[in-house]
Amino acid sequence: MDTEILARIQFAFTIAFHYIYPPLSIGIGLIMVITEGLYLKTGHKQYEVLTRFWLKIFAITFGIGVATGIIMEFEFGTNWAVYSKYVGDIFGSALAAEGLFAFGLESTFLGVLIFGWNRVSPKVHFISTLGVFLGSMFSAVWIVVANSWQQTPAGYHIVGEGLNARAEVTDFWAMVLNPSSVDRIIHTWQGAFLAGAFLVLSVHAYYLIKGRYIEISKKAFKIALVVATIFSLGQLVSGHSSADGVAENQPAKLAAMEGHYDESAPADLYLFGWVDNDTQDVTGIALPGGLSFLVHQDFDAPITGLNAFPKEDQPGQVNAVFQFYHIMISIGMFLIALTLYASFLWWRGKLFDKKWLLTIFAFSVILPQIANQVGWFAAEMGRQPWIVYGHLRTSQGFSQEVSSNQIVFSLVLFAVVYSILFLLFLYSLNKKIKHGPYDEAENALEII
Amino acid sequence: METFLGIDYPTLWYLVVGLLFSGYAILEGFDYGAGAWHLFFRKDLSRRIAINAIGPIWDANQVWLIIGGGALFAGFPVMYATMLSAMYIPFMLFLMLLVLRSSAIKFRSSEEMLWWRKTWDIIYFLSNVLIAFLLGVVLGNILQGFELEENFRYKGGIFFTFLNPYALIVGFTTLSIFMTQGAIFLLLKTEGRLHTRLTFLLKKGMIFFIISFALTSLYTLIFLPGVTDKFKENPIFFILPIIAFLAVANVPRLVSKKKYANALVFSSLTMAFLLMLVAFQLYPVLLPSTIDPKYSVTIYNAASSQKSLGIMLTIVVIGTPLLAGYFIFLYKTFYGKVKLDDTSY
Ligand code: HDD
Ligand code: HEM
Ligand code: HEM
Repeated sequence: MDTEILARIQFAFTIAFHYIYPPLSIGIGLIMVITEGLYLKTGHKQYEVLTRFWLKIFAITFGIGVATGIIMEFEFGTNWAVYSKYVGDIFGSALAAEGLFAFGLESTFLGVLIFGWNRVSPKVHFISTLGVFLGSMFSAVWIVVANSWQQTPAGYHIVGEGLNARAEVTDFWAMVLNPSSVDRIIHTWQGAFLAGAFLVLSVHAYYLIKGRYIEISKKAFKIALVVATIFSLGQLVSGHSSADGVAENQPAKLAAMEGHYDESAPADLYLFGWVDNDTQDVTGIALPGGLSFLVHQDFDAPITGLNAFPKEDQPGQVNAVFQFYHIMISIGMFLIALTLYASFLWWRGKLFDKKWLLTIFAFSVILPQIANQVGWFAAEMGRQPWIVYGHLRTSQGFSQEVSSNQIVFSLVLFAVVYSILFLLFLYSLNKKIKHGPYDEAENALEII
Repeated sequence: METFLGIDYPTLWYLVVGLLFSGYAILEGFDYGAGAWHLFFRKDLSRRIAINAIGPIWDANQVWLIIGGGALFAGFPVMYATMLSAMYIPFMLFLMLLVLRSSAIKFRSSEEMLWWRKTWDIIYFLSNVLIAFLLGVVLGNILQGFELEENFRYKGGIFFTFLNPYALIVGFTTLSIFMTQGAIFLLLKTEGRLHTRLTFLLKKGMIFFIISFALTSLYTLIFLPGVTDKFKENPIFFILPIIAFLAVANVPRLVSKKKYANALVFSSLTMAFLLMLVAFQLYPVLLPSTIDPKYSVTIYNAASSQKSLGIMLTIVVIGTPLLAGYFIFLYKTFYGKVKLDDTSY
């Protein structure tokens, strides 16, 4: 295989693996801020127990997030050297800001958070929790800004030619607030909140089904349900806004997401379907003119299709983009239905009566994870063949000096080390959940 | 070119990157160094204490690597890209070892089983030793220069060329200096039998350091003659190696007086002065080309735009005091000897 493909596979594998953990950390962070805040306010011991319990799980996700994140930072240089030179001037400031403001904040306060219970006052501890949470939110901001710039470049000019060409900042704020930044930051944040909230929902639903830690689990479940409901709805709003942006700024991506080929015709909105890129046929169930309506509030408005672009400027994997995009939306819709229904039952005072519902919640933890992954896959594969949209092709961006043997070597290393890491993650998560929220001594009292 | 206090932006950014990497070397120096002694402690309890000595701070120390890497990417994208893609194998190994090391810290004490702890102990020890060594190896390669052609194209070998004699010697020197640093740090954090044992180990570490340091200096003088030219032009800078040497000499004296905190300061200073030496001798080159000096990566041909550097300098000016504040708070909170409790690893 050639180096370009290998480099892409390696990048996709390592970033997708990294992206299992940060959303969990950000999401659990939010829950901890809420429970610890409630503890400070009410002095109720159960909130403290909850905070301590989730902190233990947070420590694992955070740790693996950091370890895999460092790899991402250096992989730009190892595998995407030409691209790094091209975007260094732009990404540089975003990454520097991320390091100083976000990672500095997170990583220093993390020590206090985990080891500081007996050393600092509850107030200071709460402030540390807040610090770590805000730090993790910031780190998402800068890195998504950098990525959004390569989707919708702004505030720059190009200098030099050929191998020496590169983008230089002309307007810092236009660069940071490029057309897709804000939508995508909000969308990724909310996706992260959902990932965390659904983990909490799942674990406590499991306890409730098993009849363990009933009191405390009900409290935690309700808190997480509020978070999950708000942000499931929020995801629809911000996702729609993102799609609007894509229609305007990356028409080829939008066309790929809905499998729309006609150069300029009304476009349908598919519920699900299958795209054949050779015959340009889409088989599936669609709302005729639906996409036109979403974008232009008019069922007959024409939408630019893939054929309006030369072949070499079209995303190669149209069906994949289509599928990933639709999986995300289906999950989004399902989460909305699920959380609204549960909230309704809560309002009726019957939230915990239905065991089947709790069972669904126990398994739903995987859904936001999948949606987060496929969302990124759709966004990134839809951007192809460009690495910087409209300027630099992926085929030009990789390190010319690195041979395919080297990448195979590192890919094998990654596969081995990451498999071990993933097993360790599952194992220790399982262990923490089995152990439950209480210490050994307290455990005996609550188990029954 | 824009300047601040009469210094041009690329030079300022060179100082920033230099400071960040020095901070990384000093702080992670004692982290990695402490770990490189791991198998020299025999009891399980000693090993646990040693890990918990760095427990609450290693994650924060690691931030210096992350910011340093970010700063290099930001300020000198050409250097970042050229160095990482040319040194592909050592960097991939380095990154993988970092992952294994942090896993070992987190998971070692989570089970009682002997085989579990022993396995992680070995992984932890090896990853620390190899990380320290690889950092030195990369430094050694940079000092010698890469085979760079026009447009910074790397022409050198790709799999094993990084393992050349000079790089190996610098690797050993780095390991030895980190181990010295680590032992002093652990002396500060421990008491009792472990403490006594460390006093003994530190002596060995110092001997290891002095020998490899002497070898490196000799090798540099004999085989890399270009290196000393700068000093001949500016004899005043001979003060750097002299101070470095005095700082080294001071360490055993302070240790024998049981002034461990001061000893740590002095061994950190040694490291800082050695790195300044390297920086001074390279400036303004970042990565020499062995094919022709005109193809070298310098701070001028590798730098980001003036505008970008200006923005980043502003970010640094705002961010550094904040970061310093966090660090002071963190180190204050965990000052003193290690006490194991229910939150420990
Ligand atoms: C700041 C930059 C940045 C950020 C924040 C992300 N990516 Fe990305 N991604 C890239 C920068 C990038 C890239 C370096 O530009 C790649 C490498 C090859 C390419 O075309 O773009 C890429 C490719 C790439 C691919 C391969 C696409 C292909 O080759 O067809 C996948 C699947 C992802 N990314 C997934 C993700 C996920 C799951 C992310 C969320 C955490 C993510 N990316 C964040
Ligand atoms: C290719 C892109 C990425 C790079 C280069 C990268 C880099 C890093 C690095 C170096 C770390 C360790 C920092 C530390 O010590 O605290 C890290 C951790 C983290 N990253 Fe990423 N990252 C990327 C993508 C993302 C994305 C897209 C998000 C969020 C939306 C994200 C969120 C986080 C968070 C919250 C952490 C803290 C650890 C954790 O919570 O798991 N990262 N990342
Ligand atoms: C409910 C309806 C949803 C809609 C209409 C929607 C829409 C979109 C669109 C249009 C994009 C591409 C943005 C771009 O390429 O610039 C996107 C990306 C993404 N989506 Fe969704 N989404 C929905 C639900 C969800 C849910 C429930 C999650 C996760 C829990 C999620 C997570 C993501 C992520 C992580 C990305 C990649 C980052 C980004 O590009 O913003 N989405 N979404």
